Amino acid sequence: DLKSVLSLSIQNIPALRRGKHMGFAWGQGNIFVYETLFKATGSGSPFIHEVRKDEDIYSPILRKLFNESHHIFVGLQTIREDLPSKNKKPQFVSISKNYRSVIRACMEELQQVAGYPLIRSVLLQVSILLAIELIWNLCEVLFIDAAPAGSLLLHLLDWVRLHKADVDEKARDVLQSDSPAEHRDYWDVPGGTQTLTEFDVKWRHWHEEVDRCLQDNSFASNQHLEVLCKILLGDEDTLLEHKDLLGTWYHFLVSRLLFCHPTVKPTELHYYAQSCMTMFLDSRSAPEPLDSILLAAFEFDIHQVIKDCSIALNNWWFVAHLTDLLDHCKLLQSHNLHFGSNLREFLLLEYASGLFTHHSLWQLAVDYFDHCLEFGRVYLELQIERVPLDTERKALKVLRICEQRQMSEQVRSICKIMAMRALRNNRLGSALSWSIRAKDAAFATLISERFLQDYCAKGTFSDLDLIDNLGPAMLLSDRLTFLGKYREFHKLYGEKRFKEAAKLLLSLMTAKIAPRSFWMTLLTDALPLLEQKEVIFSADQTYELMFCLEELTSSLNTPSSDSDKSMQEEDVELTKVELLRLALSRNLAMAIVKEGTVET
Amino acid sequence: MENINAKYVSQKISKTRWCPVSYSSLQQPEVFATGSWDNEDNKVSIWSIGNHNNSGLEDGFEGDPQILCEHKHGGDVLDLQFLDQERMVSASSTGAVTIFRYHPNTHTISVLQHWARAHSYPCDNAPCTALVCSSPEIVTVGEDGRIVVFRADQEGAVRVIGEMRTRMLPPHKESSLKLSVVFVRECRQQHNSRGDLPKDHGGFDGDRAPLHCVDRHPNQQHIVATGGQDGMLCVWDVRQGGTPISLMEAHSAEMWEVRFHPTNPDHLFTCSEDGSLLHWETASHSEMPSFLQGGRNSSVISHGALTPAGGNRPLSSAWLCGDSGKGCLETTHMLPSQTMSVNSLDIIGQCLVCGTDGEAIFVNRHVPV
Repeated sequence: DLKSVLSLSIQNIPALRRGKHMGFAWGQGNIFVYETLFKATGSGSPFIHEVRKDEDIYSPILRKLFNESHHIFVGLQTIREDLPSKNKKPQFVSISKNYRSVIRACMEELQQVAGYPLIRSVLLQVSILLAIELIWNLCEVLFIDAAPAGSLLLHLLDWVRLHKADVDEKARDVLQSDSPAEHRDYWDVPGGTQTLTEFDVKWRHWHEEVDRCLQDNSFASNQHLEVLCKILLGDEDTLLEHKDLLGTWYHFLVSRLLFCHPTVKPTELHYYAQSCMTMFLDSRSAPEPLDSILLAAFEFDIHQVIKDCSIALNNWWFVAHLTDLLDHCKLLQSHNLHFGSNLREFLLLEYASGLFTHHSLWQLAVDYFDHCLEFGRVYLELQIERVPLDTERKALKVLRICEQRQMSEQVRSICKIMAMRALRNNRLGSALSWSIRAKDAAFATLISERFLQDYCAKGTFSDLDLIDNLGPAMLLSDRLTFLGKYREFHKLYGEKRFKEAAKLLLSLMTAKIAPRSFWMTLLTDALPLLEQKEVIFSADQTYELMFCLEELTSSLNTPSSDSDKSMQEEDVELTKVELLRLALSRNLAMAIVKEGTVET
Repeated sequence: MENINAKYVSQKISKTRWCPVSYSSLQQPEVFATGSWDNEDNKVSIWSIGNHNNSGLEDGFEGDPQILCEHKHGGDVLDLQFLDQERMVSASSTGAVTIFRYHPNTHTISVLQHWARAHSYPCDNAPCTALVCSSPEIVTVGEDGRIVVFRADQEGAVRVIGEMRTRMLPPHKESSLKLSVVFVRECRQQHNSRGDLPKDHGGFDGDRAPLHCVDRHPNQQHIVATGGQDGMLCVWDVRQGGTPISLMEAHSAEMWEVRFHPTNPDHLFTCSEDGSLLHWETASHSEMPSFLQGGRNSSVISHGALTPAGGNRPLSSAWLCGDSGKGCLETTHMLPSQTMSVNSLDIIGQCLVCGTDGEAIFVNRHVPV
């Protein structure tokens, strides 16, 4: 039954034992509930229960609704603002119809799935979708299409007929035999060949005709015909007698309007609506949520419709999209809520936040946030960091989203997470790429240090490809520059371009690119160059090397240098220094001789 | 664009692949497989676009993909390739490699082989990022920097190439490893051949963006197209290495897949994170100024303006035009605008299938090639 579907629900948590206290904590889109004891004694239950408000987003068929409507939503946002409104109205109507067709497609698919035996939960979903489509259709007729008197009734007829056909197939057959459709041929298409007043006159004429027939008892012989006649006259009592055929009060309303006031104006609707509802429903039953929503629609109280729907439905999908569309039609007064944003934005934000809790649909939410001008960005910044980054691919996609919106904080944070993960698995190259992408100088320095330590420990570099191709990224941090240049030195050496290698090596020290701690290694690297037969370092260069060595040794000899070095280490250090001094002096000698020689 | 419609499938699609048709029959493909990602339960599914005997599906129009069967898959499907007409292999984000068999008679999928930790770190899972099949061998590549060769009928790995330390490439360069994998498969040498290509990539000058996808020209094996993080399409001549022959700004975001048309290689397809799928076509024997000069703008020309010249193709393919001014390149958008990221595409004959992050599959059966 359609009406009872839209109501507040109470959720029992079966796993919690009776009589126990319940503690809870809010999550994102859910509540964690657990058994708790206010007294310290007694055993407790170790379980935490997750209560999710919105199960819809996990239904595979309803997921299509979210995806397709997202597509329509994005299309709607890009309709140009500068078009005159009369051009835009057909577009809005068409968009509204698109949304509705998406709802219907879902409904049909759900119905196919429900099959036999009827699955209750699926049927429930179908009923909700039916209700949603009913309300949306009415809003489209009344607000978006804003049908004037005359065509208004035609649209309402279509509306009712469509939903009658949905709900009750059997009734449709019966209805068609009594159907007012036959009498539609009486009238030309509204707005077509005759004006409203012309039509009104004709109609009144016809109405009087029928009335006279009835009074004359011309149909007295045939009971059915008489009833038919009374219906045509819009006789309330007769109509009410056929309540079960009509099914709903709004069907009753439209029938009555059809027979009594076909030229009803939009502004008059709510009088009839109210009275029909009262007549149709038993006085003892309170109006269901659906009824009040429809009534509010007939009263053209958009805000009330939205408010009631928000309460009745468990998912913001419907109100968010409908409000957005109505806002584009400029039908909502900008109703500033207490917390600053307007109604449309509030609903969209709520809906999108709900989407973000979904492991997969979070990507859709990004576009919704983009189109919430006031708070969308802030919400996105907060939410996007919480997307779990299971794989590199996903991290790249999230990064792309952040970079496109210049969210540099988030970019940094995501890259840092990925870089740390890479470091943990000893993937130094990968970690370095991530920190370069984030332009995170501090982290790049850290990783470069690790690279260098690795080199000192093993004598070779890992991830050569990356270091060789740093390009301008090398300048991100001093340490990184040094790493790149040092690798270049090795390459030059490997290619036997000794003079260039020597020059580079020296510049690393003199330009202070190399950290002091590394100088010893560099000088040791210089040894093979010094020992070559051919003189590679010029005299000036040799002087500079010596100067560097002196600087290094003097700092090593200062009392503040770590005294916890073992004797062996100190010996090694001393030997190295001596070797260097020897090599340097020899080189100096040879260089002086070579430079002093005149080539003949 | 008239022939393309979205089919919403309630799962983000990471890979779509046509089931291979036997070349002798010259049929258009009818069955394709998809892999999903970012779901709590990921799946590998088989779809059909052929006509069905069991039609009770009045609302489906001709060519609407219908699901035949599916199988759950642990982890995201990072790559999916068909081994032959019945078997397909998937690479998972958990580091597993699985061979599935599709039984067309019963419309079921069963698992033939499963290597659970084909790729791993000491303390973590390492996603297996790409794989290449040449029956019965399967070569896989993972974030742990190793290349592993499997045989479809054997339990363990046949060969592991790439030691853990020295050959560890940054993960977004794994696809460049894929190319070297292709070479490995051909040359069947363990060390030498793999050294070649990555060095070539190492030499590129202006373009240092990580690569995501790579494809070889089906006939002229030295021509290679790549796409990467910056969305640029590069065409390389491997013989000359070093710098790409042409660079084109194809997309505004990462390019996920690039594919030469298998039988008509003047056509190339690329898809990207920015939600577009482009159809590139070279036309040889044209006097028009080369689109590739400078190569910096990508305009969309409506298709049909130029038909590719049939008949004899010059030995140096039109893709290698560079600045010579002899070729012209046309691009066409194949999807309606504002789709979400297109993650994967596949083309056989005139049939194109692609999958998006908007949980939609698009099939076009009348691609003009």
